[in-house]
Order: sequence, then structure tokens, then C-alpha cells
Amino acid sequence: MSKFTKKKSNELPPVSTASLPDIVFMLLFFFMVVTVLRDDNLLVQNKLPKADQVEKLKKDRSVYIYAGKPSSRYVDKYGSEPKIQIGDKYTDITNIKFALTEARQKLLPELQDKVMVALKVDEKTNTGMVTDIKQELRDLNMLKIIYITTPGNEINQ
Amino acid sequence: MARRATPEVNAGSMADIAFLLLIFFLVTTTIEKDKGIARQLPPKEDIVDPPKIKEKNLFIVNVNRNDQLLVEEKLMELKDLRQAAITFLDNGGAPSGSPEYCNYCKGRRNPESSDNPDKAVISVQNDRLTSYKMYIAVQNELVAAYNFLRDRESQRLYGWKFTEKTKDLNEGKIKGEATKEALQKQLEEVQKLFPLKLSEAEPKKSGQ
Repeated sequence: MSKFTKKKSNELPPVSTASLPDIVFMLLFFFMVVTVLRDDNLLVQNKLPKADQVEKLKKDRSVYIYAGKPSSRYVDKYGSEPKIQIGDKYTDITNIKFALTEARQKLLPELQDKVMVALKVDEKTNTGMVTDIKQELRDLNMLKIIYITTPGNEINQ
Repeated sequence: MARRATPEVNAGSMADIAFLLLIFFLVTTTIEKDKGIARQLPPKEDIVDPPKIKEKNLFIVNVNRNDQLLVEEKLMELKDLRQAAITFLDNGGAPSGSPEYCNYCKGRRNPESSDNPDKAVISVQNDRLTSYKMYIAVQNELVAAYNFLRDRESQRLYGWKFTEKTKDLNEGKIKGEATKEALQKQLEEVQKLFPLKLSEAEPKKSGQ
């Protein structure tokens, strides 16, 4: 009979915690994969010019305008003339006001007066297009603009 | 002979290590922010009586469709623009004793050039076909000229650099409301010494 009695006393076996780090890592990876720093889907080429005398942009109160030639995969459809993009779609110069007002309404209400327009323009674009955009902005009375650049300097490349 | 059981490694603290790593990366990663050159556009209104600016107080930078620079009627390389702008702004040509005399300018005091930094205006004229790259490069050099002079003055008056303190203030490194306000005032003082007077003319259509 004694053969069948358990040798050990009826102590609870400790729960193995060896797999806990794996669980934590899985959580970490899950969130890493799932989080998307959502940004606008770029429809235009966007190689920014270089500058070093820069200020930081306050993202919560800014509206983005992109401009440049359509990306290579859209060239067939839209040609290679520089275009303006606001939000996720191309905008015509005459339609900027409407698109901007729409974009502004997406900001927090208390920040809508302090709106800053961030211009992300491809370095190969003509200044004429930027001037047109600026004229529209003046019409809209959105006077604070910021030309987004990449760090560097044109002189010592 | 029976094998002796190897003692189990205590893995309970692995989770803590993983958490520490997670928190470390959470704290250290900063999502890159966009940076750029900020500008204030002039409001749209009809100017009835445009202010008269003397020829000598005007520094004209012309950029043509081939991205060439014409500064004060002379062809110039981009790398020389910053120094040229500094020389112009810092000139202080008004004679000593006159109300326009600039006592902090360290320039050549050439009566043919700008009277004082408050009067000096830099005017940029672009062609519509100038590349945006060049446009930004020119703007960058001109802002750099102003920043250089402001840094110099703030160093002289307060012992710190204007650009560095502005950066600290924007990044929230300055603590305390009173300190912030005091600093803001000092920054404005320096700005007043060299006010940013950049004018942009309506771009010409090519060929005109």
C-alpha cells in the first residue's frame, strides 16, 4: 500500500514564472506593431530643402500643406506637373481655401485661432507655386507659416 | 549513478528586467518633430501710403530663374550672402549725435549703407521659376545673419546666446513663470536691437 502513497507532502507546487517575461515581450511587440504614428499618406515627392536656422513646430496647432511633383506611382495618372496636397488628396490652387478651412476644423477648438500652416514643399518646386499658396493664406488670414526643412546647410552640403 | 538534479534558475525577475527595458525605451524615444523656418505673412490690406525707405537702407537680394544671386546689383555666391547681410545690418551709418545713431553697431559706419538696424530692410525678390531649394537657402542665410547679430548682443548684455535661450524656452526647459517672463522680456529687448525686417516682393514672372 505504501507504494501508492505520495512521497511529498501536500504542499502546493510554486507557479512557474519563467514565462512571464515572454508574456511581457509579447505585449511589447503587440503594441509596437499596432501603434502607427499616423501621418498623411504622401501623394507627392517630398524632398525637403536644408536649413539650420530652424524652430520647432507645434504639431497640435498646425495644418500641413504638401506640394511637389506627384510620386512616381501617380505620374501616369496625374502627370508630372507639381501639385498641392492637403490631407489625403490633391487640391487645386483655387480649392485651397476650402480644404484648409476643413483641415482647421479638425484641430482643437481652442487652438484654431493660433493655427500655423506648415509648408512641406519639395525642393525642386518653383517659388511661384509657394507664392500662390501664400497669397491664398493671406486671403484666409492664416498668417503664421513655417517652411519645414531638414537639418543641414546648402552651402557645405 | 543517478544524475543530480540541476538547481532551477530563478526566472521571476526576468519580467522586471523586461519591464525596465520597456520603460527605458518608452522614456528615451522621442518622436522626431518637424522643424523649419517660421514666418509671419503680412496681412492682406491695401496700403494707402507705403512708407518711404531710403535707398541706402535697403538691401536688395535678387534671385533669378537660374538660382543666381544678385545682391546690391552685384553677382554673389550664396556662401557670401550671410556676411554681406551682417555687414549691411551692423553698419550703423548714421552720424554720431543724431537720433538715429546706433551705439551698439560694430560695423564700418559707412554713410552710404544702412543708418541703423531698425531702419535697415532686406528685400528679397524672387523669380517665379526660382527653385524652392534656393529660396529656402536664401531665407536661411538671412535669418542666420540676424541670429548672429542677436547672439552677439545678448552675449554682450546678458551673457547668454539669444538662439540658445529661445530654444530652451520653446522646449520648456525654463522653469517657473517669473523666470519665463523675465527671459521673454530680455529676448524681446534683444529682438528690438535687431528687428527682423525681411520684405518679400511679389515675384516677377519670368522674362519680365
